[in-house]
Amino acid sequence: MLDYFLTDEHQMIRELSRTIADEVLRPVAADYDRSGEFPWPVVEKMAEAGLFGVFIEERYGGLGDGDRTMNMVLVTEELSKACGGISLAFAGTALGTLPIIIAGSDEQKEKYLPSIAAGERLAAFALTEPQAGSDAAGIRTTAIRDGDHYVVNGIKQWITNGGDAEIYTVVVMTNPEKGPRGASTLVIEKDTPGFGFGKKEDKMGIRASSTRELVFEDCRVPVENLLGREGTGFITAMKTFDASRPGVGAQALGIAQGALDLAVDWAISRKQFGSPVSSFQGLRFLLADMAMQVEAARALIYATARHIDGNPKARSTIYSAMSKCFASDIAMRVTTDAVQVFGGSGYMKDYPIEKYMRDAKITQIYEGTNQIQREEISRILIGEHIAGQS
Amino acid sequence: MNSIVCIKRVPDSETRVRIASDGLAVDRSGVKFDMNEYDKYALEEAIRRKEEAGEGLVTVLTVGGDDARETLRQALAMGADEAVLLRAETGFDGLPVAVALAEEIRDRPFDLLLFGKQAIDDDGMQVPAMVAELLGLPAATVVVSLEIEAGRAVARREVEGGHETVEFDLPGIVAAQKGLNEPRYPSLKGIMAAKKKPLEEKDVTLVEGGLELLELSGPPDRPEPQILGEGAEAVPELVRRLREEVKVL
Ligand SMILES: Cc1cc2nc3c(=O)[nH]c(=O)nc-3n(C[C@H](O)[C@H](O)[C@H](O)COP(=O)(O)OP(=O)(O)OC[C@H]3O[C@@H](n4cnc5c(N)ncnc54)[C@H](O)[C@@H]3O)c2cc1C
Repeated sequence: MLDYFLTDEHQMIRELSRTIADEVLRPVAADYDRSGEFPWPVVEKMAEAGLFGVFIEERYGGLGDGDRTMNMVLVTEELSKACGGISLAFAGTALGTLPIIIAGSDEQKEKYLPSIAAGERLAAFALTEPQAGSDAAGIRTTAIRDGDHYVVNGIKQWITNGGDAEIYTVVVMTNPEKGPRGASTLVIEKDTPGFGFGKKEDKMGIRASSTRELVFEDCRVPVENLLGREGTGFITAMKTFDASRPGVGAQALGIAQGALDLAVDWAISRKQFGSPVSSFQGLRFLLADMAMQVEAARALIYATARHIDGNPKARSTIYSAMSKCFASDIAMRVTTDAVQVFGGSGYMKDYPIEKYMRDAKITQIYEGTNQIQREEISRILIGEHIAGQS
Repeated sequence: MNSIVCIKRVPDSETRVRIASDGLAVDRSGVKFDMNEYDKYALEEAIRRKEEAGEGLVTVLTVGGDDARETLRQALAMGADEAVLLRAETGFDGLPVAVALAEEIRDRPFDLLLFGKQAIDDDGMQVPAMVAELLGLPAATVVVSLEIEAGRAVARREVEGGHETVEFDLPGIVAAQKGLNEPRYPSLKGIMAAKKKPLEEKDVTLVEGGLELLELSGPPDRPEPQILGEGAEAVPELVRRLREEVKVL
């Protein structure tokens, strides 16, 4: 294994995550993929082991002092090797918690973070709406101030952990007439009157992850649930994505590595023409290419995670976008090739590999499609180049 | 409620084990080790008793080499309070190990002394009963459930074809079977805390055992699978083979 000079604590986090992935997630991954149920028994084990605390500061019951991104990446990668859907109960909670970590006050952190760190409550982040996907600035959900409450009306679409999470960080328009500068982030708890859920989506992959619509009808949210100041909704969202996109990268990386491991196993044991198929150069080179891509993705993601943790004040947008985009593209390629290595068996649901290909696809789409990532990367690249010339 | 739990470091049940060239030992190179599975039930039981009582001490004990430290740390991470490594080269004979454990345990106060029902490496199944004899304590082996009230234990044991319930006064010995509980994973906090918990190490000299190991041999190679046919017509032949050759029907 390539030495990434992980600290003892990082190694410990990786080992425990790997054990839980192999012993708890892997045996049930196919069942949850079929049923689409939310994997509560598995989530409870993850919670008992303390995994939900890795991205939260020690004083709120976690372990993520100064290295929360790296911790989060390591857990997500390991869990995703076994199941890219179940791992999202963890990664989606990290995403939903980040706005509180980034923009929350001490009181707000004290109120929400300990129960998240303990795995007692899951979190979710809600930005997307039916008319506002890539064009997030087009969101229409409003939160109009009325005394010491905001009255929230609108619909959020395709929210990961929706219905199963207790804590939602929701981007809303507090001043619709101001456009993007009128957006804010509210913490809305599940049992708030006027907050309901639409149907659970039936998906191609990551089927163990729940995706639902959030419906707000005159939902009254206390003013103290506002994260940061009014008008900072999109800034918080962008900072959240800077911190979370390496996590999507890690999910993609785990899915790719999991598929590669299965493909190598298969290639060694499947015989044709009297030899293991791993003896044929055509297939060996395919495996070599898969391995190179996976390792390159890992190196980029770890480097980005460390960059973020080591430079908490700086923006990491370009590297976060690269991590997410590169890793998800290679995950799609590697899982497609892994199905190829399995041959016809790879196409059958009796074997575990086709699920990896279905699970990989989402990583190219959510938290900004890979077209949007390339938009951001090129915008910064070209912008910096021009700035450097002047 | 004070408990002592005797644990052993054994090859992980998933690893393929090779016999060393002298035919008398297991080749340890490349083998992944773990805490014996049945010992995890024993340890979990001790930790739960302590948690329920809200007080007490869980001590883990092992006889083994330096590498057994890792297994003790694992036990501390799960929730044991202190660990003792009795450092010695162990073999396949249970008696020297039982004597070393009994010597160490003799002066320690405890209510429950727990073991796994067997170690999955040599399947000796000797040590709990031997320690019971050496310390003059009652022992319930292959225990699947345990109730303790006012210094008395009621243990349900698995016996051929059914269960047996026995009762004894504490202190006493329980050897755990799968089903006694569901062992926890160590938590990240537990792993960090384990680094600061006491781990005592002592060199011990083992007594001569009574068994001499002559030879280790691996299981026979698995025969190639046979396909008897397809669909319903294959069933009669399959049933015949299962009845006459494999003798499972
Ligand atoms: C399973 C799942 C879980 C999700 N979880 C969450 C969640 O937890 N929280 C949340 O807020 N959202 C979530 N989403 C929403 C997700 O982030 C959006 O689907 C995503 O941002 C894309 O938006 P869209 O689907 O509306 O696609 P559209 O924006 O309609 O895009 C359609 C196509 O056009 C391309 N395109 C759009 N604009 C441009 C452009 N400027 N240049 C080039 N190409 C462009 C896109 O790349 C895409 O290929 C989830 C989605 C799914 C499917």
